[in-house]
Amino acid sequence: MSQSNAASGLQARLQAARHSDVSSLAGSRSMAAAVGDVVQGLLYAPLWFTMAWQDIRQRYRRSTIGPFWLTLSMGILVGTLGFLYGALFQLPIDNYLPFLALGFLAWGFISGVINEGGTVFIEAETYVKQIKLPLSTFVYRIVCRNMIIFAHNSVVYIVVMIWFGIWPGVAAFQLIPSLALLLATSVWGALLLGTLCARFRDVPQIAASFLQVAFFLTPIIWTPELIGDRIIFVEVNPFYHFVELVRAPLLGQSITGLTWLVTLAITIGGWLGTLLFFRLFRARIAYWVS
Amino acid sequence: MAVLKLENVGVDFPIYGGGSRSLKKAVMRAASGGRIGRDAEDRLTARVLTDVSLSFQDGDRVGLIGRNGAGKTTLLRVLAGVFEPTQGRITRHGRISPLFDAMLGMDMEATGYENIVLRGMLLGLSAQKARSHSEEIAEFTELGEYLDMPVRTYSSGMVLRLAFAISTCVDPEILLMDEWLSVGDAHFIKKAEVRMLALFQRSSIMVMASHSEQLIRDVCNKAVLLHQGQVLTVGEVGQVLEAYHALEVPGAA
Repeated sequence: MSQSNAASGLQARLQAARHSDVSSLAGSRSMAAAVGDVVQGLLYAPLWFTMAWQDIRQRYRRSTIGPFWLTLSMGILVGTLGFLYGALFQLPIDNYLPFLALGFLAWGFISGVINEGGTVFIEAETYVKQIKLPLSTFVYRIVCRNMIIFAHNSVVYIVVMIWFGIWPGVAAFQLIPSLALLLATSVWGALLLGTLCARFRDVPQIAASFLQVAFFLTPIIWTPELIGDRIIFVEVNPFYHFVELVRAPLLGQSITGLTWLVTLAITIGGWLGTLLFFRLFRARIAYWVS
Repeated sequence: MAVLKLENVGVDFPIYGGGSRSLKKAVMRAASGGRIGRDAEDRLTARVLTDVSLSFQDGDRVGLIGRNGAGKTTLLRVLAGVFEPTQGRITRHGRISPLFDAMLGMDMEATGYENIVLRGMLLGLSAQKARSHSEEIAEFTELGEYLDMPVRTYSSGMVLRLAFAISTCVDPEILLMDEWLSVGDAHFIKKAEVRMLALFQRSSIMVMASHSEQLIRDVCNKAVLLHQGQVLTVGEVGQVLEAYHALEVPGAA
């Protein structure tokens, strides 16, 4: 692993700054402390990257193909469902299968972040109780972990691309801003959920059942065209827009203005709301998980 | 220069029994205008630390003394910055190394070398810096080629040895410990002691909670007696231990 040599100088300086602090109740609830946590967590990139990688390796250690089990099971799922639903919906397979593969790819990431985001601080209890690390470190860890899974799963789409001779072309460049939006929202989402769930232990259950419903409400297995003139059900679904951030560029389509608008608004609004919330409860998390 | 200063620090610990942490109660409470759910809202809190004022400077080797439940561990966690106090303020200058659990972050499936990097990073080292300690740790732990194998294949003594060696390779400015780190087999104890004393010498401030009076007499030059979350006595070790013994008389009856 070659980790951020350039960043290490900056990291050393910021960590040195961290070594002096004054904390009081007022300080604990300041916006500076909340923003500081989120920013400083980024500087622990080598740590959370290693932890995320270790999480994946731990899951698959001693298995022959390791994390590529993820790829394989995803490939089987997409392959079988693609042919079945393609026939059910009477959609041409060379359009439907790529659509389905990308839908699953995006959904796997979104649901992974939401499910694991809920338990992020509860799982990290031993760390939270023993060493002072920015709490966001653990959030970045789970987002990164799901990004690694995403990368493995994307092999499925590469196979699909080769099979059907798809080339997204310049549309793929949209991925740069679109993945940035997806990641930024994942971080606030997991931070907010993790904080809530540390206090209210029912929330992870609620989130899990909500996700199940959301999966069927979102055009992943079915295409938006199938809903006909009730397209409004698709357009008001934020999950649809976030799935589109991954799907459209790789299908060689351009992301619609509406999708950009909705996802950008959710990213900004979500961060503002989360910071206001996190500001009040950040310092309580260590107490809640103890 | 390292500084650790607490001014009137208090810690209230919320106690969530069974269902009081449920969302239902919070929603009920909101829906009922705070009347019906009031029993749940009357959150039970335990005052674990009350009005603690302490100040430590370079060279202080502090022993925390007190009975079980006196608040020693909580105080250490406040010093470590894990618990931000609910009253008062705390000022810290210096890199803090809490060594509460030598095993923190150890991954049983990873190899010894991987664990050196993983644990080292948690202790605040860069990956390169942690790796640079590998050789020294290999020599100290006498684990040799075992370091290339997953930690789960180690005996429990070997795991402890590795955890101990990694935890003690840091250069702390403020070292916090909850009891002495355990190291496993007898042959190793002497070696570990030397290493531990060297770690103390490298640190500017050391605060250790312990039930072992001998240990506190040996390594500390200052002691704090905690009782029911309050500081009863601060000062020279012998004098504080006397105060502690005076405390114990009514308890023994």
